[in-house]
Amino acid sequence: MVDLSVNLNGLQLKNPVMTASGTFGYGYEYDDFIDVSSLGGIIVKGTTLAPREGNAYPRLAETPQGMINAVGLQNKGVDYFCKNIYPKLTKYTTNVLVNVSGSTIDDYVECASRINELDAIPAIELNISCPNVKHGGMAFGTNPVATEEIVSAIRKVYHKHLMVKLTPNVTSIVDIAKAAEAGGADSVSLINTLLGMAIDAERRRPVISTITGGMSGAAVKPIALRMVWQVSHAVKIPVVGLGGIMNATDAVEFLIAGASAVEVGTANFIDPTITVKIVDGIRDYLERHNMNSVSELIDSLQTE
Amino acid sequence: MLKRFTTDFTVVAAEMIDCEYVLLTLKHPEQLPEINAGQFVEVKLPDSATSFLRRPISIHDVNRDNQTLQLLIRVVGNGTKLLSLLTIGDKLNLVYPLGNGFSLDKAGNRPLLVGGGVGVAPMLYLGKRLVEMGAQPEFLFGARNKSGLLRLAEFEKIAKVNITTEDGSVGTKGFVTNHSAIESNIANYSSLLVCGPMPMMKAVAAKAKAAGVRCEVSLENKMACGIGVCLCCVTETKEGHKCVCSQGPVFEINELKW
Repeated sequence: MVDLSVNLNGLQLKNPVMTASGTFGYGYEYDDFIDVSSLGGIIVKGTTLAPREGNAYPRLAETPQGMINAVGLQNKGVDYFCKNIYPKLTKYTTNVLVNVSGSTIDDYVECASRINELDAIPAIELNISCPNVKHGGMAFGTNPVATEEIVSAIRKVYHKHLMVKLTPNVTSIVDIAKAAEAGGADSVSLINTLLGMAIDAERRRPVISTITGGMSGAAVKPIALRMVWQVSHAVKIPVVGLGGIMNATDAVEFLIAGASAVEVGTANFIDPTITVKIVDGIRDYLERHNMNSVSELIDSLQTE
Repeated sequence: MLKRFTTDFTVVAAEMIDCEYVLLTLKHPEQLPEINAGQFVEVKLPDSATSFLRRPISIHDVNRDNQTLQLLIRVVGNGTKLLSLLTIGDKLNLVYPLGNGFSLDKAGNRPLLVGGGVGVAPMLYLGKRLVEMGAQPEFLFGARNKSGLLRLAEFEKIAKVNITTEDGSVGTKGFVTNHSAIESNIANYSSLLVCGPMPMMKAVAAKAKAAGVRCEVSLENKMACGIGVCLCCVTETKEGHKCVCSQGPVFEINELKW
């Protein structure tokens, strides 16, 4: 019997498979398809202090082996979340993380401190990497000084596990990861979507309303894998890898590259049962390679 | 909301219609679950370098005795092209049944089912369900020309079919809103249930509103997940953005900002 559990700097996961924010709703949308509690964790939709209507339609472009979205953090705000959604999440016997976003440091701090009050939420994923909002979001995550500043501010009010989600749309993601670590992050997750664009040639118009948007899906995996490998060798805190994970082999590659856990995102849209298949596939891989635990797999890349 | 599934169906019939449409008959390995008229499926495409996401396709018909459902698909791009190449025996994975469907309980005794182009697709199962409930539905279909009128013989088995074509090759010349059913007799209907191109649905909705007849429309926005999590397919409603996939695809027109 292989041990799939992972200790993510104090956050205990029963297996290394979590779901990426914005691709899994609040979890219960998947209750018809899988036992959500069997996953290592779920990260629910990006939550902001005030309600947000998000961007105008159209918000989606399909690309070769991927997609571009520009949802723009549509959500009903943290008060609605605490009152109406949180009570539906306490039934899950897995880690439920809230992805926290905002426009100003004060917004982020207020939102995080509200989430800090919720007993059944053991961690937040701080989203300083959303490419689809005009203010805040990715602006914090593209500058090491701003990253350290916002992470430190959240650290003062948030007393549980603080995961910081990084954007790939930077010159050096390692510098941003180090800044998050210096600010007091317990872990980092990467990558958020890559800034992309799609054009309808016949109409000579952008496909999505915001012109540019965040690209995800199988096509981004090589970039994500490279960044996870670089960051995991540059910081001491654990790295959660995501970006284009479509199957168990992809997930195993991220673990080998140095990720301590993974998030599955866009693949949920194509197969709503993919997360449990990935858990099973990782178990099969470990058995096939005579490994007793996931920890043997993490950072096991052989370069000689 | 009805329970949703992900299931591998087997293609038991695949018929091209006029090189532009394909009618797929798909067999469930066991008994079909409950399905509402106006619900849709998300079809996983055969492996492809260019098409990545599932395709939302409305449910054309359901046959419980044969354990089959039918999809009537217009071939418009790479994804639907792949679906048109399926042959008998192929497997097709569906996530279904999705969305809300039409409100059968509010349709009344004499609903008019209005379809434009491939928008007639959900009207067959809808018509059958209404007849089962004791209602007396009528169809009103619009197409560019005679060959754009799909599955006419099947519809005629259920109820009266009124027709308009843009070129006048059959039925009344013009759009569905030029037909006497809407132009002069709209108040005789208990409700209008509409699926078709956006300009047509908006024109019908305007007539319904003016006449004070209840009207539901089935929207089709670009979507990824089909289950209300990606938030890509939103439409503007009086209560803010709503997902066409999970809070629609059918909306009562007064919910919309039309």
